[in-house]
Amino acid sequence: MALPGSVNRYLLLMAQEHLEFRLPEIKSLLSLFGGQFTNSQETYGKSPFWILSIPSEDIARNLMKRTVCAKSIFELWGHGKSPEELYSSLKNYPVEKMVPFLHSDSTYKIKIHTFNKTLTQEEKVKRIDALEFLPFEGKVNLKKPQHIFSILEDYGLDPNCIPENPHNIYFGRWIADGQRELIESYSVKKRHFIGNTSMDAGLSFIMANHGKVKENDIVFDPFVGTGGLLIASAHFGAYVYGTDIDYNTVHGLGKASRKNQKWRGPDENIRANLRQYGLEKYYLDVLVSDASKPSWRKGTYFDAVITDPPYGIRESTRRTGSQKEIPKGIEKCPETHVPVSLSYHLSDMFFDLLNFAAETLVLGGRLVYWLPVYTPEYTEEMVPWHPCLKLISNCEQKLSGRTSRRLITMEKVKGFENRDQYSHLLSDHFLPYQGHNSFREKYFSGVTKRIAKEEKSSQE
Amino acid sequence: MKLLTHNLLSSHVRGVGPRGFPLRLQATEVRISPVEFNPDFVARMIPKVEWAALLEAADTVPKEPIQGYEHDERFLRKMHHVLLEVDVLEGTLQCPESGRLFPISRGIPNMLLSDEETET
Repeated sequence: MALPGSVNRYLLLMAQEHLEFRLPEIKSLLSLFGGQFTNSQETYGKSPFWILSIPSEDIARNLMKRTVCAKSIFELWGHGKSPEELYSSLKNYPVEKMVPFLHSDSTYKIKIHTFNKTLTQEEKVKRIDALEFLPFEGKVNLKKPQHIFSILEDYGLDPNCIPENPHNIYFGRWIADGQRELIESYSVKKRHFIGNTSMDAGLSFIMANHGKVKENDIVFDPFVGTGGLLIASAHFGAYVYGTDIDYNTVHGLGKASRKNQKWRGPDENIRANLRQYGLEKYYLDVLVSDASKPSWRKGTYFDAVITDPPYGIRESTRRTGSQKEIPKGIEKCPETHVPVSLSYHLSDMFFDLLNFAAETLVLGGRLVYWLPVYTPEYTEEMVPWHPCLKLISNCEQKLSGRTSRRLITMEKVKGFENRDQYSHLLSDHFLPYQGHNSFREKYFSGVTKRIAKEEKSSQE
Repeated sequence: MKLLTHNLLSSHVRGVGPRGFPLRLQATEVRISPVEFNPDFVARMIPKVEWAALLEAADTVPKEPIQGYEHDERFLRKMHHVLLEVDVLEGTLQCPESGRLFPISRGIPNMLLSDEETET
């Protein structure tokens, strides 16, 4: 229970992957649970140690029930750049906040974690013993303690340069772990139905968290493929819709994506994927549909639109048209081939996507999507813009030397009016995304290879 | 295809606009698939439903949402059944204005049209 006027500070121990995606995930989740993100340290950069102010322990626990970026959270009792600073910080921590967890009827244990250094058993015991000045009155129980306290020592991030003394030491009461185990249990390796571009499980949960998906929401993926993104939202209690232009994928027909498998079995479709994880009740429907020509009636009924649109490399970008049909027999192309497809200019595709989201999202609803980028030419102005949607975050994931993709999260902040669909033409800060065709051209034309070769030979 | 979905779909045939809703549903094979009852989700959907279109598609629906429906379990269970448990496996959806048919097969509607047929 928070005492009036006191600051509840918590220490988050973050996982060291998808570094740029972590802060937006935590911010989105805090906002979902009614906590505002307040900076409690200078930067939240590469370090795995984040100090946050959170209004209540309930909010902290709710955060941990969702995050895949944070490993654990501790109620922070003290910290410092040296043992002396730590002890003095602990002596300043209000005793009335400690006492509920240290009283004589309780059991506890103290753990010590060191990051980027290994300590001997003797060294560990010494550090734990040094905390004897704390008013512990309960019994030590190493097997099933009621309360777990942790000392965390930060020896930096460079395994080739391990300092004698830690940069930072923290002491706190362990509250909860995050959901990183979902990454393994929902691994694409074990999934019944996959495609060439099925999303890595960790990223699909991050996307659902950026999208602030909550129970009883309706989440829609207009480029659903094999449904991986829907699974993450369904896991968090949302009901899900998907559409895709590819009849075979939606029906679960055609060649399987798994090596050594010829045809997809009857168990391979999006519904079956949800069933595999006990999430079938969240399956609403999937439809064969062209995302550029949606069949939804006017209205706002989606709480989130979460999608990975085709980049035109491993899956073709198509839309229905009167242009040349894709010849039968050519379907998903391996990376080295230029796909034969109807051209769907990426700028059009994102324009359509943002407009669709602006029309059908509830107010406050989120759009989360990947934007492929040719890194040497990327500028922030390229990120598609819409008067009804506010940019929340933009996180880069490198794909290759010169290409990356950015996870864009936007929130609907204004009701859609008909004139909004064309406002980008009037805006002078809008730089049309040169995207699809140029991205694909650069990816395939050997530009990247040639430049890399030139750079290499100039270095030799 | 669930009846909730039917309630959200509209024809995008060129020139049809809002008169493309609702699509006329013709079901040749229907299955009742039990879905776990979640009163909160059903209550959330009631305000989003276009009631007249739902009445056209299903005949066992109350004429309109009743007062205080959020707490009326009987009403919510009825709506749950109609919206989520009736699954059209085979049939067609017809644009009321142009007559164009969209097939439903294996429970999945196919809404694809050629460029000539759709709105610009």
